[in-house]
Amino acid sequence: MISNELSQLYREMILDHANHPHHKGALAHYTDQAHLQNTTCGDDLTVQVDISPQKVIEKVAYTGSGCTISQASASMMTDAIQGQTLAVAAQAAKSFSDMALGKPVAAADLATLQDAKILSNIMQFPTRIKCATLAWWALQNILARYNF
Amino acid sequence: MNKGLKNCKKDFPLLSRQVNHQPLVYLDNAATTQKPQAVIQRIVDFYQQSNANVHRSVNTLSLQATEQYEQARSKVQHWIKAAKPQEIIFTRGATEAVNFIASTYGADHIQAQDEIVVTVAEHHSNLVPWQQLAKACGAQLKYIKVDAQGHLDLQDAAQKITARTKIVACTQVSNVLGTIFPLKQIAALAHQQGAIVIGDGSQAVPVMAVNVQDLDVDFYVFSGHKMLGPSGIGVLYGKEALLQALTPYQYGGEMINEVDWEDSTFSELPSRLEAGTPNIEGAIGLGAAIDYLDQLSIRAVTQYEQKLMQYLLPQLQALDDVQLLGSEDWTQRTGIVSLNLGNIHPHDVATVLDFQGIEVRAGHHCAQPLMRFFNVTATVRASFYIYNTKEDIDRFVAALKMAKEFFEQ
Repeated sequence: MISNELSQLYREMILDHANHPHHKGALAHYTDQAHLQNTTCGDDLTVQVDISPQKVIEKVAYTGSGCTISQASASMMTDAIQGQTLAVAAQAAKSFSDMALGKPVAAADLATLQDAKILSNIMQFPTRIKCATLAWWALQNILARYNF
Repeated sequence: MNKGLKNCKKDFPLLSRQVNHQPLVYLDNAATTQKPQAVIQRIVDFYQQSNANVHRSVNTLSLQATEQYEQARSKVQHWIKAAKPQEIIFTRGATEAVNFIASTYGADHIQAQDEIVVTVAEHHSNLVPWQQLAKACGAQLKYIKVDAQGHLDLQDAAQKITARTKIVACTQVSNVLGTIFPLKQIAALAHQQGAIVIGDGSQAVPVMAVNVQDLDVDFYVFSGHKMLGPSGIGVLYGKEALLQALTPYQYGGEMINEVDWEDSTFSELPSRLEAGTPNIEGAIGLGAAIDYLDQLSIRAVTQYEQKLMQYLLPQLQALDDVQLLGSEDWTQRTGIVSLNLGNIHPHDVATVLDFQGIEVRAGHHCAQPLMRFFNVTATVRASFYIYNTKEDIDRFVAALKMAKEFFEQ
């Protein structure tokens, strides 16, 4: 018997991203990368981005290993920020972080998160919030180098 | 005296609660155990009837507190068969005890070109202090290997421990694999080369009879909270002559004889190595935990854990695509099981179990080098103790099957 909570946490879209991740792999050319680990569970994630002189994220990819939630979140994050300016990516990262902290986020900001907004339900599962935020922390790490 | 293990679950108030609306099955005992009412009550009694500082005043209350604190030391002494009570030093836990030895004996004896030998299966607490000491002193840190089933490779140990080796640090039971290591043979190898040996008994003392004199270890450490006692209390055992020769780890009250303007003289063992007000209620609580285990008999505890493992193992082996770490010989291990289910991440497995009220640990278990050795990033670890039952095992196995069904649908 599969419990309701289980299907709540692992929605189909999350399992889909985890099983068929987008932008997984290393970039041949990148301007920046960030490597983060979740020391409690051993998740390991490297995010690479190719940022143009016009401050647009032309390409993004990630490598590493981790649980379903961390892998799905990384995949969703890359969808949301590829082709975006650093400013838009920074706003998305802030929206995701607010969402994970349970703060209200405007509907327009939620929309920019694309699939990643489904992770708003992660709030109900406090043991897994870190898994969902790892990829976004890596992004924020890179954006901070550009003063975002 | 054997009170019987069968119904001991009812002695543990926390075990009657629910987690995620399900009756709790607590399988994270290698991290910390639950506390029986006898231990909880003993600490309450101390606060309500005997609380005072120890070794301080001539007042009756302080005398009573001191007696109870020193009784706890005697209980620990007898529990691990140390020769004398002053060979028992209370610490904050096993971690502090290892750091204690690394920064006193280690710092005084390790020089450049010396060797410190550990095993690949050490908990970070019995590894990082030695690694950092080696780094600071320009000494070499060497690792004894284990075989594919996690048995310590004694041939490798005989090669790694050389005339240059000054310290050998070895756990008695792996906190990831549950495998029992031949600590006595390791101590003999170390002594042949003139090295001292530090045994980590954190996972051994709760589940098996330990005799530090028979093991012939020079130092031995463990924590109270993994054996039904409170957190914040642990034990450093050392042979008296070695403890006598140690530079004090900390300075302050209780450990001095006479303090003058320029210098001080220090008191005798054990107080010389216990600066400041100790964790009095912690030590007394640990004494109560030892009494509780003694009533059950430690041999009955060992046998019970093996019985649980004999029941669990075939069921785990029958699961498709399960990677089981550790020895297949159940007489060579305790109640700790580490596994991976196909490609499902341990964190996801642990969440499925958690939703069923089954609390396990997922991760690297503070043993990253061992994870690397076995080429896994993490495992699911279920660790059983005296209050776990066959019914707990049935629920654990059913939940594992459910996790497979859910993620491999």
